[in-house]
Amino acid sequence: MTAALSAKGINKRFGSLVVAGDISFELPVGERCALIGPNGAGKTTLINLLTGMIEPDGGEIRLGGEDVTRMPPQQRVRRGLVRTFQINSLFPRLNPLEAVTLAVCERRGESRDFLSRLATKREAIEEAHDILKSLRIAHVCYRETRELAYGQQRLLEIALALATKPKVLLLDEPAAGVPKEDSGELFTVIDGLSRELTIFFIEHDMDVVFRFASRILVLVGGRLLLEGTPAEIAADERVREVYLGKAGHG
Amino acid sequence: MIGPVIGVLYDGFAYGMLLFLLSVGMSVTLGMMNFVNLAHCAFGMLGGFVTVTLINKFGWPFLATLPVAFLAAAAVSVVLERILFRRFYRSGDLDQCLLTIGVVFMSIAIAAYTFGTEQQPVRLPSWIRGSVLIGGQNFGVYRAFLIVVALAVTAVLVGALEYTRFGARVRAAVDNQRMARGLGINVDWIFALTFALGSGLAGLGGSLAIEVVGLDHSFALTYLIYVLIVVSLGGMGSIGGTFAAAVLLGVSDIAGKYYVPQVSAFLIYVLMVGLLMWRPIGLFGKR
Amino acid sequence: MSLATPADIGPTEFLAARARWRPVEIVFWLAAITPYFIAADYLQLAGQILITGLFALSLDLILGYAGIVSLGHAAFFGLGAYATGIASKHGWGEPLTGLLIGGLVAGVVGFGASFIVARFRGLALIMITLGLDQIVAEAANSMGWLTGGADGLQGVKTWPILGLFRFDLYGVTAYWYALIVTFLFFLLVRRMVNSPFGLSLQGIRENSTRMLAIGARNHAHVRTVFTIAAFIAGVAGALLTETTETVSLETLSFQRSADVLVMLILGGVGQLYGGLVGALIYMVARDQFSDINPQYWYFWIGLLLVAVVVFLPNGIVGGVKKLGGLLGRRGT
Ligand SMILES: Nc1ncnc2c1ncn2[C@@H]1O[C@H](COP(=O)(O)OP(=O)(O)OP(=O)(O)O)[C@@H](O)[C@H]1O
Ligand SMILES: [Mg+2]
Repeated sequence: MTAALSAKGINKRFGSLVVAGDISFELPVGERCALIGPNGAGKTTLINLLTGMIEPDGGEIRLGGEDVTRMPPQQRVRRGLVRTFQINSLFPRLNPLEAVTLAVCERRGESRDFLSRLATKREAIEEAHDILKSLRIAHVCYRETRELAYGQQRLLEIALALATKPKVLLLDEPAAGVPKEDSGELFTVIDGLSRELTIFFIEHDMDVVFRFASRILVLVGGRLLLEGTPAEIAADERVREVYLGKAGHG
Repeated sequence: MIGPVIGVLYDGFAYGMLLFLLSVGMSVTLGMMNFVNLAHCAFGMLGGFVTVTLINKFGWPFLATLPVAFLAAAAVSVVLERILFRRFYRSGDLDQCLLTIGVVFMSIAIAAYTFGTEQQPVRLPSWIRGSVLIGGQNFGVYRAFLIVVALAVTAVLVGALEYTRFGARVRAAVDNQRMARGLGINVDWIFALTFALGSGLAGLGGSLAIEVVGLDHSFALTYLIYVLIVVSLGGMGSIGGTFAAAVLLGVSDIAGKYYVPQVSAFLIYVLMVGLLMWRPIGLFGKR
Repeated sequence: MSLATPADIGPTEFLAARARWRPVEIVFWLAAITPYFIAADYLQLAGQILITGLFALSLDLILGYAGIVSLGHAAFFGLGAYATGIASKHGWGEPLTGLLIGGLVAGVVGFGASFIVARFRGLALIMITLGLDQIVAEAANSMGWLTGGADGLQGVKTWPILGLFRFDLYGVTAYWYALIVTFLFFLLVRRMVNSPFGLSLQGIRENSTRMLAIGARNHAHVRTVFTIAAFIAGVAGALLTETTETVSLETLSFQRSADVLVMLILGGVGQLYGGLVGALIYMVARDQFSDINPQYWYFWIGLLLVAVVVFLPNGIVGGVKKLGGLLGRRGT
């Protein structure tokens, strides 16, 4: 079966700094794959490259077999490659219901309709509401986004992504800034999403990574150091050195 | 044919120098604080009126008024910066535009109230109003003076930025404000000083402009458009870019008025829109 | 709105309720017809205010909803004004089709410009819109054979509306005509901002990068809204031509672009009524102070602008809404 997403020989430099050096990997459909690495390793940059927000200097990106390397970001989204942001990137003065409805309408092609009232798109609105319910933020969905608690905003990040009906979901530290007690719950919600959905997530908390990932990629200095199952990664000397070791001291 | 070409280039370059003095401060404030200061030319106008008043009311010699114009514009600008502008460094472009255009409107009304709405008459010393004949070509002395002053200012500016501690801090603040703060540089203070310096140069430009383009109460708005063109083409925060854009605009404007007077204004805007579409961050912009 | 909790109202009903007509809106439009009964001397002014209000409304559509800052919106107002005027001068003075002519010419040019506008933002966009307006203005200035140049377009005659209602000296017909046209376009704009499209525009205003990350068609949306706004601005310009029977270069000027922006900011950006309220206050004030030197008038406008930016970030309409909200909360 073709991989849900594959990258081959991705390269990117910022000036003399190599942020992506010959990165290749494949994500089979339905996999929960974690990307770990120290701060500044180039993890966010890799997501930017995969989604087309930054153009790679070289390499090839395939989505379900289709070459998307030169495709603009919004078209990749429509083909099912969707991301969330490490730093909240939301619509401050819209409420969550409006924000998610907006995303649903864009997907369904209803956003071009300027002559009907929004309320006539009942199906889209109900779908948006269901997504908010599934992420347990429906009870605040009539409040402006900027008034929500930080953890609720993190969930809204994911809700927006889900509204596009992704095939591959790239989560950039979904639990960043969320208290440790709550991040487990957040990942339980994420883990409960459809098994058809391929999930690639960046996370610093190794407990969470080992619990939810079926495979782990380790990125150091813009290069893939290693990939393997949680057990293999936990046992690897080099990972201990560059990553776990440092975390252990700190 | 050669004669007009040299004359046009000479006048255009001198005009460009004037635009450079008027624009360079705005370019730096945009680059450093991301602050769109549409009131910049109001400080230029202030300098102009200081010169006019000192000459006509108090009989000062023209040259002696120039430093005063510089200082007056710098002082007033820094007061406004401290009490009003700096609260808006984090606001959107639109709020900044509106706030500062409000200041422009007020400055225009104050100028009209104080000095009337006519062109301000100034008598400059005769040695500076003449022209010299070189190779069958007339060169205005005043324009040469303008070019010398502007080039001197540029040399001092570039030198100060490159070789002094203050300059290094300014560059750091323009490059990356967060990092500069992290290094313990007092960005607020640096910025206030830079703002004053830039406005002072505009004040100097305003004084020097009287002889070339005249001065009236609407100066703050009329020249704003030219300054905006220079800044957006030059790329914000770039002194070299501002210089080049000012020369480009000065020469094109004079050439347009000389060769195709009917459509010259039209051509300037076509040039601006075309260049901006080609390079929205300006010809020499980095971001 | 803040009272509703998710328990007592479904999501669709919640969104439907937000778009419903409020009593204060009905009061507003009823108030718009009172000049006819109580201020007959001011009907001329009232007509002008409505036309300018419509123009400001079209700017609100792009600025307040899609977040596109334009310093050159007068280009479309002036294009509409000239198109209708030129048609009338050459023998076609029928007012309703005249509006259509003005709107279409402005809309077609706006559609062309929208491809440029969609690609830029920030200072570059402000300068490009300003430049495009200046290009149109300079073109009109140099094409004196068509536009009358600096003397303005002479010889415009508007026929009676539907062959029945003649434009009179007191501006009665003009007032009703402007009121009805403005109201109809207001209905259109109100529907638009409450549509799925309007929601997408607000998304672009709030965070255009995030819009791309959810697969939104930002460029297409911007092109659509810019074209529609240009069309409406053109209709406003056409209204001015038909009711005053002259067109001057001032309709295209930077001054007009800046004035309409000031009015909109005063009234409140993205509040739907901001343009109308701003036009009302601005023009009534200017009328009241018309005997003082117009240069001095700018002092107060400038002060007002600074005050609004500092104290009333959402303009007068926003301020009133907030006040209403505070009072309402205290009442319950
Ligand atoms: N646009 C850019 N221009 C220049 N350098 C950049 C740019 N974006 C990122 N970098 C640099 O590239 C490196 C990788 O950054 P990136 O954000 O991808 O790291 P990360 O692995 O996501 O780190 P973190 O765990 O802190 O989120 C960093 O050194 C960063 O400073
Ligand atoms: Mg990161």
